[in-house]
Amino acid sequence: MAVNEGKPGGARVLQSSKGVALRFAYVFLIVGAVGLMMLGKIDHILVERYRTVVTDALAPVMDVLSRPAASIANLIERGQALIDLRAENDRLRMERDRLLQWQTLAFELEARNRTLTDLLRFVPDPEARFVAARVVADTGGAFAHALLVNAGERDGVAKGQAVMAGDGLVGRIVGVGGRSARVMLITDLNSRIPVVVSDGRIRSILAGENSDRLRLLHLVPGAAVAVGDRVVTSGHGGAFPPDLPVGRVTQIKDGIITVKPFLDRERIEAVRIIDYGLKGILADVDAKAVQQ
Amino acid sequence: MRPGVWQKLDVASRCMTPVALTLALVIVNAVPLKIPGLTPVLPVLALIGVFHWALYRPELLPPVTVFLIGIVQDTLAGTPLGVYALVFLAVYGGVVMQQRFFLGKSFTVVWIGFLIVAALASALTWILVAVLHGALINPKPVSFQFIMTVGVYPAVAWILMRWQNAIVPAED
Repeated sequence: MAVNEGKPGGARVLQSSKGVALRFAYVFLIVGAVGLMMLGKIDHILVERYRTVVTDALAPVMDVLSRPAASIANLIERGQALIDLRAENDRLRMERDRLLQWQTLAFELEARNRTLTDLLRFVPDPEARFVAARVVADTGGAFAHALLVNAGERDGVAKGQAVMAGDGLVGRIVGVGGRSARVMLITDLNSRIPVVVSDGRIRSILAGENSDRLRLLHLVPGAAVAVGDRVVTSGHGGAFPPDLPVGRVTQIKDGIITVKPFLDRERIEAVRIIDYGLKGILADVDAKAVQQ
Repeated sequence: MRPGVWQKLDVASRCMTPVALTLALVIVNAVPLKIPGLTPVLPVLALIGVFHWALYRPELLPPVTVFLIGIVQDTLAGTPLGVYALVFLAVYGGVVMQQRFFLGKSFTVVWIGFLIVAALASALTWILVAVLHGALINPKPVSFQFIMTVGVYPAVAWILMRWQNAIVPAED
């Protein structure tokens, strides 16, 4: 131990002979951190692979910790539900009446669709396979929007697959470990999704901004987009299957079109990972990198 | 009387708790809380841990562990690898250098000190992530995150202080 000269701990440590080594280590580590950032820019895949290994190791711990948190959230939600039970009941009754009308319409359309499909010998989309997974970590924070789920390679999850929750598209798989996978939310700064807007089937790219709103990019000039229009995936680029609900246009101001996603980050407890057998852009990029 | 093997082991394991606690803060940070509106502005709890131990017992949280804790934070939070490692190291170095000013001061002064440190740390993180992503990041959630971190400081610091007094062996 360093000699106590009546100085506070840190200064004492830094001024002893051991302190020189410590100071050297400190500078070395700073350089190391900067180096890691550079490495992340140069060899993205290597860094992602490392990230997957570590999150995979931490997944069981996160799984255990997330259970009590989920139980408490459930309890609060149940309590709130109990309070406005009557209003909720009325609302649901009205909604049921409305949905019954839609159901009749859906049956009609389904029957017509079947006859027309038979007439045209239309090639249907491949059957989708679903993997259900629980959200075990949401690191939150202002810099990245990502979730960790407790299904991985052994459950058939692969990079690039679309992730859905009850309300709509959540994001896509960006890293897969043995028993866990990382989901990049559509609200993340790096998220770009090919979408179509409204009945006009206007193509666009939906970009995340690290906030709870999204932005439409690369629209055809003069495209007829209105507030309230639904935004769904387009299936272009082969990254996502078409027609998954994403959100709704909420604001058009100064040429900036804002979309509110259907996804509600705080309420996602479980997700469905969809495997349409699509290879996707991400998978191709990876395959190329492996070949090199 | 010379201390026995068990006593040495006991002291050694207690000396490791600052690192373990700070690491635990990183992991607790990632638990999905499902409280509406909270997730994007979740405080960076580990920052409080690094600040606290750098201020009171830096020898128990050596730079290399600060670096590793930052890496784990980066891994879990999804920030580019190295960002929080650098930010935590910067906070650690800054606090250790200013330690003599802080020691013996009232809690309020330390809290204000943390406010300044957290503001600088938030700004540094913001700049690093923006540069690495090559895009401007909405500063609003970042500033809320900073306010949240400063807001929860007293609670977390209180726990760490109690722990320090009860579990961590005193300086010799």
